[in-house]
Amino acid sequence: MSSESVIREPLITGGKTVHDVTEDISRRVEEKPTKLWMLAMTISLGLLAVGAYTVFLLLWEGIGMWGLNKTVGWAWDITNFVWWVGIGHAGTLISAILLLFRQRWRMSINRAAEAMTIFAVICALQFPILHTGRPWLAIYWMFPLPNTFGSLWVNFNSPLLWDVFAISTYFLVSLIFWYIGLIPDFATIRDRAKNKISKSIYGALSFGWDGAAKTWSRYETVALVLAGLATPLVLSVHTIVSMDFATSVIPGWHTTIFPPYFVAGAIFSGFAMVLTLMIVTRKVYKLEDYITIQHLEMMNIVIIITGSIVGVAYLTELFIAWYSGVEAEQYAFLNRATGPYWWAYAAMMTCNVVSPQLFWFKKIRTNIAATFVLSIVVNIGMWFERFVIIVTSLHRDFLPSSWAMFYPTFVDVGVYVFTFGLFFTCFFLFAKFFPVINMAEVKSIIKTTGEKAK
Amino acid sequence: MKETKKYWKGLEQLQKTPGFEKYANKEFAQELPLGDSDGETSRRDFLKVMGFGVAAASLAACETPIKKAIPYVKKPVNVDPTIANYFASTYHSGSDQTSVVVKTREGRPIKIEGNKLSSVTGGGTSAQIEASVLSLYDQERLKGPAAKGKEVSWEELDANIKSELATASGPIYLVTNSLSSPSTKKVIEGFKNKYASLSHVAYDQNSVSGQLDANLAVFGKRALPSYDYSKAKTIVSFGYDFLGTGVNTPLANKQFAESRRLSASKKEMSRLYSFESILSLTGANADYRTPIRASEQGAYITSLYNTIAKETGGQVIDGLPSIDNQILSKAASDLLHAKGSSIVVSGSNDASIQMFVNAINAMLGNIGATIDFERHQNIRSGDDKAFGQFVKQLSSAGGVIFYNCNPVYDHPLGSKIAASLKNISFSVATTDRMDETNSLVSYLAPDHHYLEAWNDFEPVHGKYSLSQPAISNLFNTRQVQDSLLSWADMGVNYYDFLRTNWAENLASLSKKSILDFDAFWEECLHDGIFEPETVVTNEVDMDLSVLGKAAFNITKPSSFLELVIFENGTVGNGIQSNNPWLQEMSDPITKACWDNYLTVSPKQVEEWGTELGDMTTQMVNLTVNGQSLKLPVLPQPGQKYGTVGLAIGYGRSVAGKVGNQVGFNAYPMINVDEGGQLDFNIYANVTVEPTDEVYAIAQTQTHHTFMGRGNVIQEATLSEYQKDPQAGRHMPKIATSEGFKKPTAVSLWKGHQYANHHWGLMIDLNSCTGCGTCSIACQTENNISVIGKKEVLNRRDMAWIRIDRYYSSDSNGDSYADMEIAAENPEVTFQPMMCQHCNNASCETVCPVAATTHSSEGLNQMTYNRCIGTRYCANNCPYKVRRFNWFKFHDNEQFGDNLAMNNDLGKMVLNPDVTVRSRGVIEKCSFCVQRIQSGKLEAKKEGRRPVDGEITTACASSCPSEALVFGDMKDPKSRISKMLQIKSMDKGVEAQEPRAYHVLEELREMPNVWYLTKIRNKDEKKEAANAHS
Repeated sequence: MSSESVIREPLITGGKTVHDVTEDISRRVEEKPTKLWMLAMTISLGLLAVGAYTVFLLLWEGIGMWGLNKTVGWAWDITNFVWWVGIGHAGTLISAILLLFRQRWRMSINRAAEAMTIFAVICALQFPILHTGRPWLAIYWMFPLPNTFGSLWVNFNSPLLWDVFAISTYFLVSLIFWYIGLIPDFATIRDRAKNKISKSIYGALSFGWDGAAKTWSRYETVALVLAGLATPLVLSVHTIVSMDFATSVIPGWHTTIFPPYFVAGAIFSGFAMVLTLMIVTRKVYKLEDYITIQHLEMMNIVIIITGSIVGVAYLTELFIAWYSGVEAEQYAFLNRATGPYWWAYAAMMTCNVVSPQLFWFKKIRTNIAATFVLSIVVNIGMWFERFVIIVTSLHRDFLPSSWAMFYPTFVDVGVYVFTFGLFFTCFFLFAKFFPVINMAEVKSIIKTTGEKAK
Repeated sequence: MKETKKYWKGLEQLQKTPGFEKYANKEFAQELPLGDSDGETSRRDFLKVMGFGVAAASLAACETPIKKAIPYVKKPVNVDPTIANYFASTYHSGSDQTSVVVKTREGRPIKIEGNKLSSVTGGGTSAQIEASVLSLYDQERLKGPAAKGKEVSWEELDANIKSELATASGPIYLVTNSLSSPSTKKVIEGFKNKYASLSHVAYDQNSVSGQLDANLAVFGKRALPSYDYSKAKTIVSFGYDFLGTGVNTPLANKQFAESRRLSASKKEMSRLYSFESILSLTGANADYRTPIRASEQGAYITSLYNTIAKETGGQVIDGLPSIDNQILSKAASDLLHAKGSSIVVSGSNDASIQMFVNAINAMLGNIGATIDFERHQNIRSGDDKAFGQFVKQLSSAGGVIFYNCNPVYDHPLGSKIAASLKNISFSVATTDRMDETNSLVSYLAPDHHYLEAWNDFEPVHGKYSLSQPAISNLFNTRQVQDSLLSWADMGVNYYDFLRTNWAENLASLSKKSILDFDAFWEECLHDGIFEPETVVTNEVDMDLSVLGKAAFNITKPSSFLELVIFENGTVGNGIQSNNPWLQEMSDPITKACWDNYLTVSPKQVEEWGTELGDMTTQMVNLTVNGQSLKLPVLPQPGQKYGTVGLAIGYGRSVAGKVGNQVGFNAYPMINVDEGGQLDFNIYANVTVEPTDEVYAIAQTQTHHTFMGRGNVIQEATLSEYQKDPQAGRHMPKIATSEGFKKPTAVSLWKGHQYANHHWGLMIDLNSCTGCGTCSIACQTENNISVIGKKEVLNRRDMAWIRIDRYYSSDSNGDSYADMEIAAENPEVTFQPMMCQHCNNASCETVCPVAATTHSSEGLNQMTYNRCIGTRYCANNCPYKVRRFNWFKFHDNEQFGDNLAMNNDLGKMVLNPDVTVRSRGVIEKCSFCVQRIQSGKLEAKKEGRRPVDGEITTACASSCPSEALVFGDMKDPKSRISKMLQIKSMDKGVEAQEPRAYHVLEELREMPNVWYLTKIRNKDEKKEAANAHS
């Protein structure tokens, strides 16, 4: 019996040639900004400006501008922090882990996903700094710097310090990985540039790329090495973020399940965010041939898997709380589900556990509109997950005398809006001035012979 | 190369004289004038301290503050920078007075402590006493005398007033609160001699005139007796809050706690019954509390009277209203078992009711045993009827002098007084700040603050207390007695007058052989008190025949809505309304601050349809005899259905920036009968109309039950305790491979070895009455910010020590939702909560910059300078005792209520040993590390170990009931080690006292704060209270 392997669907459709790829991608960088782009950029800058005003208020007046209180010491700040860090995870997963697993479908989305990672991490980084009472000191006292204060050193026992190391390492590795990938593409744009200014700028950015075989070989080696470095980071960063909670004593935080559960949640939300952005980008930049339905479907499958992991984690938490026999723990979870913040818990459960299950239907997971809506729903759900973990655990812990509610103020909302402004401003700048798809890599997967030879 | 040259500083060095050699190796060649705070000399050189006080105060009070630090040209003896001096003095406010010790630093009074020598107060303080030091530095005090709205000099004022006094047509009145100062009374006598038309009327905000009248009728003495609750086995209180707001609460708390304290050798305690309408502090501490309508009080008391009379062979009076109540019968039988060692009290201002109370006490043989009429109290002597008469005649008076009182605000007839004042051309007021009364008078002769003044008091008959200035007057004020002396042309100043009076009348009472008067005077000044021993005969004449007539006047229980007007334990009667520490102090019962409100039973609130939110409620229109107020409703478990309660002391219109328009004025609601008799219970014509208007009441605690958590509150009944001293203890075990173990046995931690000291705090939940004095003592000692109502509503109160108040629930423990609802008549537990100074502190590990660390003496320390404010420590603190500086609370106009940190005068109250925290850092209880440090230094200077009791925290030192005991657990002889039976273990210490427990023991935080279980003297345990645990 003989068998013939199925001819795989091409990853890039539309019979693109190598030149088409260069044209399609570079055109966006070279053309004048479109009206749509200008509009989008204006809105982003508007959000940034409004948000910046609330950041100013926060810095000028103090943390009291937020709705935090003596019982709930963290709320939107750390919720947003974890949310943004989580979103960042997809980029690294796509570019590093999928590279190591030779998943070539990643090639048309990794550039944008990595950019998203970096911007998301930048947004996330705002919160550890802004949430401190004295950010002007926090910004450097958090690092183990030699100082003249005597034997004053950071506290290596503190999960917040682990965060500092984890996030800064993650940010640096992601940034370098992303930038190295950009170099050949910058060189392409440099070579095509028609005016001196862009020639010199892209020339500088491309670090004198010469396209020699040796250069390519080194490039690929470095990419592999960095992928190897970045892979453990996908797991470590959110593991360490989860330890902010897992190593504490607060019922609802003090849970050993957190590291895997947080990592799954991070990938879950990251893929959702990538989808949201990609669906818009492919439409606006007419990149349907590069980012195909197949890509979206693959990502939706990742969402089903991670969403289900998260769902199982939620149920495990409830079971363990009951099984533990610890009263405060039992109350914390019962209160989460049925207490004054039941609506946040319900929103989390619906958005994170129920909604991704719709992707079991092929019709839904290959439907662009449905994917777009669900990708946003997932990220709303993931925001609520962090809010539920942080606020509902804190607001009723051990001593009932301290039990309290948390009400956000406009500054809480404003600082969140600020990070949105920051994120989209960065993303739109990226989309306009950087090649949004890795031309060099995509060229390696276009079928130049297949279709035409028939 | 060999050294050949030799340099020398002087011939002494060259010649190596012995004089030089002696100091050659010392850092300072001359003897350093190290401070010596030995008590004797500091008193002797008091005037020099005063001199410095003038300089320091005037520097700070200047319009343009001088920021330079100027060294002394000639240093006053005993004023050493950083060394505190203590002066004995006497607090007084309105009718109240208490012996205190004033701590001064660099000439500024900064802290009030109780006078441990005084048998009148027992050495404790109250919140109002602790807070009074801030009133000294209130910018809104009057800066000098004024005549008809213009600033004048004292000479001018005196001339004006003297001519007015001389020409006044008609009687002149001198209006005061109760006066117990023997010298002041003499001054007034002299004043009366000079101006024959002068008559003196006295009133009390919280009048006990009815009781005084009853005492006169029954015992022939118009005076308040001294009670000794410590000797009482059974105490029955009918609406008298002797623990919270009664007369001389520090002593009452001390005595009551003494009767409640348990130990291996004393397994008996008193039993307290309370029959009341509102939930008072006394009711909250009662073993059996029965909510009754205010109008039922008479019937309850007469029923008790007849029961007791029947059993003791007294005169049974028929036709009295009677009540059949199980708890009352139980109380009667307990009283009969404790003849001569029981107390019955009533808060009623109705003489007829008080006569029956007197009769009950007399039949039980309590008079002379637990109730002492010979050593009677002088703190309340106001006469309602005389004052009513005065108000009627005021409009035709020739003049009126208001001596440190404010009847326009704090008397129900205030509006009549205000109206009459318009017709009087000559009126003088001496209060030290603008208020409702002195804003209507023609002459202002502002008095000193008590910390600036000389005075003497006789709070209890035959026991004297002296007041001496701890600082020279800050403003151009004059002691009120000096004013009277000069208006009477008596040609003497009050200090000399006082001394002479003591020399002539008191010195001879001293049993000690007196060499000269100066020695006697100095001893009294040093001690602050003079309590000569006298023979107490305890014999009283009794006339119970008046009861027959009184029986007719006993109110019959009514069925209308009733209003009970009471005083609360924070701002009290309203004299100190402008004191933000008191305004922000959370009420011991309701946990609300910055407001008064109508306390209503939850059932009634539901009936009115009042919508309750998270710290929000709705307003109602309260109408009493035509007087109307729109005020918010606060549901109060324990409040008798059909009654509502309202606190006096609020709703001031001329109190100052802080106190103005805070809350609602209840004084006009007090019922005044034709004769002027006040009644704080209003039985008729009280109507309430609910409105839709939403109002926010700031509370520091909004969850009221402890959810059956046995790891938080551990309690038992007395009989259970007697059987098993560990009764009520919650003893969690942790499962290990070797079976169940105590939480302390399992640890990842290495533990701490303390080489020198190991500080600990013990809190006896049985002695703690929940009064909250400790919280104000802590605020004063540790420079804790006031943040204002808005921020308290945002739940950001900064208290380092708070009193958690828990109600029991009727739930059987099945549903958490039911457990959140307090019982209709709940059992109340108070739990002081502050940093537990854990040995395995969860806050210490999570701080990224190591700003909170463990000391080598067991303290959990906070390094403000290092803190970056991540608040991780606060989140991870299971006791939620860490407080964050959300804003810059000092030098910030937005927080103008924070008087102690927002103007140069106010800042003088700050404790220089404690950092004022900046914005963005965490703060918390430090176990008063500054006190520990100074105590250790003192001991080191004298080359000895610190003595137990020498080092104590502000909370423990202020606690009138001595519920808090601080000390070194390393010292086996210390009080705390003995009380807890401390045993040293390899990982810290263990208390072997069966009642001692750690809150949240299973977390293995291993705190250095221990609690002793709460024991209630009840026959059976309330089923529901602990069902869940």
